[in-house]
Amino acid sequence: MTEPQKAIQVIDIVKRYGNFTAVDGVSFDVAEGEIFGLLGPNGAGKSTLIRMMTTLLEITSGTAMVEGSDVRKDPDKARRCMGVIPQAMTSDGDLTVWENLSIYSKLYGIAAADRENSIKELLELVDLTQWRDAPAKNLSGGMRRRLEIARGLVHRPRIFFLDEPTTGLDPVSRVAVWEMIGNIKQKRHLTVLITTHYMDEADRLCDRIAIVDHGKLVALDTPRALKASIPGSSVIEAQFLNPPPGWEETLKKLAGVNSVQPEGADMYRVLTDDGPHTTTDLVETAVRASVLLKSLTVQSTTLDDVFVHYTGRQLRDHLADAPLYQSPVAWGK
Amino acid sequence: MASFFQSARMMAIVERDLRKFFRSPALMMAAMVFPLVQLIVLGNAFGGKIRDAKLGIVIHDNGPQSIRVVEALRAVQSNARTFEPIVYTDEKEMVADVRKGNLNAGLVIPPQFSRDVYEHARPRIGLVLDNTDNFLTATFEDEMTQLVEALNQPDVQPRVVQQIALQTVELYPYIEYMKYLLPGSIALAMFVSVMIGGGIVYIDDKARGVHEGYLVTPITKMELVAGLNVAGALKAMGAGVVLTVIGSLIAGVGSSFQPANFFWLLLLIVSTSFAFIAMMFLMMVRVNDPLIPRAIFGILNTLLYFPSGAIYPVQAFPKWLQAIAWVDPFTYSVHGFKAVLLKGVGLAAIWPDLLYLSSFAVVAFVLSTLLFKRTL
Repeated sequence: MTEPQKAIQVIDIVKRYGNFTAVDGVSFDVAEGEIFGLLGPNGAGKSTLIRMMTTLLEITSGTAMVEGSDVRKDPDKARRCMGVIPQAMTSDGDLTVWENLSIYSKLYGIAAADRENSIKELLELVDLTQWRDAPAKNLSGGMRRRLEIARGLVHRPRIFFLDEPTTGLDPVSRVAVWEMIGNIKQKRHLTVLITTHYMDEADRLCDRIAIVDHGKLVALDTPRALKASIPGSSVIEAQFLNPPPGWEETLKKLAGVNSVQPEGADMYRVLTDDGPHTTTDLVETAVRASVLLKSLTVQSTTLDDVFVHYTGRQLRDHLADAPLYQSPVAWGK
Repeated sequence: MASFFQSARMMAIVERDLRKFFRSPALMMAAMVFPLVQLIVLGNAFGGKIRDAKLGIVIHDNGPQSIRVVEALRAVQSNARTFEPIVYTDEKEMVADVRKGNLNAGLVIPPQFSRDVYEHARPRIGLVLDNTDNFLTATFEDEMTQLVEALNQPDVQPRVVQQIALQTVELYPYIEYMKYLLPGSIALAMFVSVMIGGGIVYIDDKARGVHEGYLVTPITKMELVAGLNVAGALKAMGAGVVLTVIGSLIAGVGSSFQPANFFWLLLLIVSTSFAFIAMMFLMMVRVNDPLIPRAIFGILNTLLYFPSGAIYPVQAFPKWLQAIAWVDPFTYSVHGFKAVLLKGVGLAAIWPDLLYLSSFAVVAFVLSTLLFKRTL
């Protein structure tokens, strides 16, 4: 069996800002036609990584190849085969949907004869045909994001980079965008690299996921393999009222338990191979010890658990880790 | 195949900027309102003649020569109306009123003034001035000097001229201050336009990530910088043409509408626009914080507009200010506009200005292209 072609290759890539290392020796490959997710909290280095791959940031050391082109040595060639959707909504609010796409068609050098048909096809693809003459500022968040997606596809790229495409969208719009990305990937045979901090999004969309934390790659595999790689197939979250001292040790002795993580406020996160049995045992133990259960949830292992396992923290704990200050003048950056 | 410069990509940036401008021209209208208000207010506030200033008079002599002086003062009051004489009996009280600002100046005709005149004994009239106001002081001195000269004229002119008179020939009709301000106002409108379009909007777009969108396309540094410069220059040209037409109508400068003059004005507007936008872009090329262009707006305006000779002659400046004027593109723009608008002269007078402005634009464009970072 032949190995699939590599659409993206990242080899030992590093980004430093002075003494601060934002990305620290990350390496991975993305196969042609794959949806690859970069998962991690804000400030983990995902956006820095995607910006290096898309020529937006200079690479301190290492190599990034897109469709065989080294983004450092031949950035222009790399730019022609990639479509990029930045994190911020960068379409022009004062311009209409059509004008936004037309301007970008020209920037990509699409011939005038092909431009109109290409834009019409894109508008149908992202379901914005009836909004073609509406100013972008009048669109809803989800529609605006669809416009951005269309904009990134005006030159028929083979590789599509999306930097947190659903951040800031309501749940309905998020689902619509996921479906759209899946459809477009099928119709245009795209390779997709997507960054997100939504676990469910990554789980649903991605063929493989790389977990990034503090600029380092901490895990990389399919969502199923990642979930299987951590001990325990179920997670029980239980909160007790005034548990006695040594309660954590008591929980560890329950049937099937792999590990117990105290989460504060007398809440415990119990990883187990046998969810139903451990749950029954936990309730009985609490009753016997006259400890009141305030809340109890049982669920299968999620990517959130995978993240906790590999980084030792909850994803939400460090959503605000990103550096807050950036010098207004980019001298010698 | 990749190419170094594709005009289509540059024009896409120009198209985007102009479409955006025509959708929201409010800022550009504001750019024109400021110079117009300045032209109207400063043009009317300055350069007018002093009228009905208060002049206290103390008359210690009742002789015929004293009466001549008072009659001469009354004549000024009736004709030029520069001042209104108010007679005081107490000299101390009059001086106190000058100090308090109740009077703008005071005149003292001393005792035995008439006798001194007849005896040729160096007759004198005292003028008390509030020299905290240079403009009023100069006006009183000038008016009184003329009045005294007139009084000194002999009744019968001697056959041999004993005093040499200077006969002044004015090459151009009288230039009101508003007309004098018009060239600076046109340049200022273009400057405010590039400050908004090339400074504030450029950095705002950068902060909103619009440039991030451009940078992932194959557009080159030069195409992007050229596109942003051309778009900014076109907007500044619009502001320049509108200010030239409206300002000329308000200030009454009819020569602007003569075809030859209008052509030279257009050349100046084009070269000034490119020089200003290139200068602004050079200053902003590495700035990312949207507050910076707003914060330095006033400083730049003061630093570039005032030393340009737009409101006061460069020759009156100290050396260090003249040095700023020497490199300031405003100076050459204002000089060129003055030459065409006020003197009606053409290429012979403005070619050095056009050459400087064009060279400045090219140098600033090259430098800003070199400094422009194609990464975030």
